[in-house]
Amino acid sequence: MYSEKVMEHFRNPRNVGEIENPDGVGEVGNPVCGDMMTFYIKVENGIITDVKFKTFGCGAAIAVSSMVSEMAKGKTIEEALKITNDQVAQELGGLPPNKMHCSNLGADALHAAIQDYLRRQQNKTSGCNCPYCDQPLSDDQTICQPCSAQITRCPECHQPLPRNASVCPNCGKKIKPK
Amino acid sequence: MSRIYFDHANATPLLPEAYQAMLPYLRENFGNPSSLHRFGHPARQAIETARQQIAGLINAPADAIIFTASASESNNLALKGLALAYRGKGNHIIVSAIEHISILEQTKTLKRLGFDFTIIGVDRYGRVDPQTLIKAVRPDTIIVSIMHANYEIGTIQPLKEIAVICRENGVLLHSDGTAAIGRIPVDIQELGVDAYTFPATSLYGPKGAAILYLRPGIRLNPLIEGGFQERGRRAGTENVAAIAGMGKAAEICQQQLPVWNQHLNRLTRQLYDELPRRIERVIFTGHPTERLPGVVSLCIEFVEGEALLLSLDDEGIATASGSACSARTLKASHVLLAIGIDQAIAQSSLLLTLGKDNTDAEINFLLDRLPPIVQRLRSISPLYARFLKGENPYQFPAGQNHRHGEEN
Repeated sequence: MYSEKVMEHFRNPRNVGEIENPDGVGEVGNPVCGDMMTFYIKVENGIITDVKFKTFGCGAAIAVSSMVSEMAKGKTIEEALKITNDQVAQELGGLPPNKMHCSNLGADALHAAIQDYLRRQQNKTSGCNCPYCDQPLSDDQTICQPCSAQITRCPECHQPLPRNASVCPNCGKKIKPK
Repeated sequence: MSRIYFDHANATPLLPEAYQAMLPYLRENFGNPSSLHRFGHPARQAIETARQQIAGLINAPADAIIFTASASESNNLALKGLALAYRGKGNHIIVSAIEHISILEQTKTLKRLGFDFTIIGVDRYGRVDPQTLIKAVRPDTIIVSIMHANYEIGTIQPLKEIAVICRENGVLLHSDGTAAIGRIPVDIQELGVDAYTFPATSLYGPKGAAILYLRPGIRLNPLIEGGFQERGRRAGTENVAAIAGMGKAAEICQQQLPVWNQHLNRLTRQLYDELPRRIERVIFTGHPTERLPGVVSLCIEFVEGEALLLSLDDEGIATASGSACSARTLKASHVLLAIGIDQAIAQSSLLLTLGKDNTDAEINFLLDRLPPIVQRLRSISPLYARFLKGENPYQFPAGQNHRHGEEN
């Protein structure tokens, strides 16, 4: 019932695994409906340099994941966002009609990972700046490198807090004075 | 590559004796059993011999056997045929939630015809509680249909008790014996059922023949009308060769069943003992003791059933699964859901139905090949990764892309 190419990818899926410290993670599906895919991407200068995935699902779901991971590698973010589920099915030499809906989620999972990457980028550049010198801060910095200020963060929304703030300016949570 | 067959619930190899018994009716004895000339006689004779052989297997009078083309047809003839014949008496029918779809799908048509259904649940082992049945019976109940044993989880129903309840309440009892026949002894008189279905394939006979046993004196509305075949209860020229094959298979089954039963019990026991030793997180489904020999139903957590089935097929091992992905309808097995198996875990279903010809070597081959397959699929599985990290593998944020849900 599956094409030889589907079976080949099912038997020897490419790029299986997880990426440590990925630049983006996307998860679609749910074991209740039978298929679930988690995609991890690494991005450098707008190009997807590495893709890994883990998939719970039928033969088609595993083959689709493998195919998408191959298609996305080396592409720019913009190019990767243009990959469609239908293209993936075509590359695999077609899928049985009843599998087109439920197992053909690979492009969705990849796009979810890219969206996650873009969200993180935005946080890095605009969402999270040093309250003293206004230079961008990454998520895990505790000391601002340009001005050497110690950064305290809101326990609720994790945004950096101005000195002696009694209320988080981002989410409105009351801050206990030290 | 040697091929190993563990999917006897879906089809069985034909007994050589049954095959031989069929041949004359595919070649020289092609006559119509209803014809009065000499071409018709051997065909008529073949059908009546088969009727005797099958009646002998289940300890029933021969004229209580009605030939049909499949167990699905017998189930339809039983439920629709009895419902239409007895609608003057009432219009309420009770079936269990784990019946075969050829019973459950009929509820739609029969409801349109004005019948009312109660679908009674089963316990976590798949057994109908007789008390539940007693509560479901109403004054206008005319038929109860509860399978003898379940083909997917192997559970055997307390059919004798159910029959007593039906008799006391003046309700007809039909039972689908497709899974039970050929695996455990079936004595119609002892069971006390009014109607009983099974196909030739359950006896290692050919496809295209099945029977409905109907206790003498019970009326039946035919579904196929026309000639007077099967005494007007099922019109249409008989599939003589298949019926002859079924008769021979029944005769062999009657002689061999104790041997088959014991053999299957032993092989089944090996799988029950060894599989959990070799694979972690295996859940067996069905009743632990009241079960059919040769039916091994399990869920192997964190891997999906169709992927298991395909990988086993690559090793030459034929199996089945109740997962949504392996079904053409893309719905998880209603039987697994009815016994309370979580939807997510039902996707990990693997069903092994053994037959009389399976060997110890084949069981060992499976026990050898299955663990690495599970290991490989788990290494791909995000659920297994969560499990290894100590997280709940089945907990998801509400609204996480769930395509089936969106479509419904």
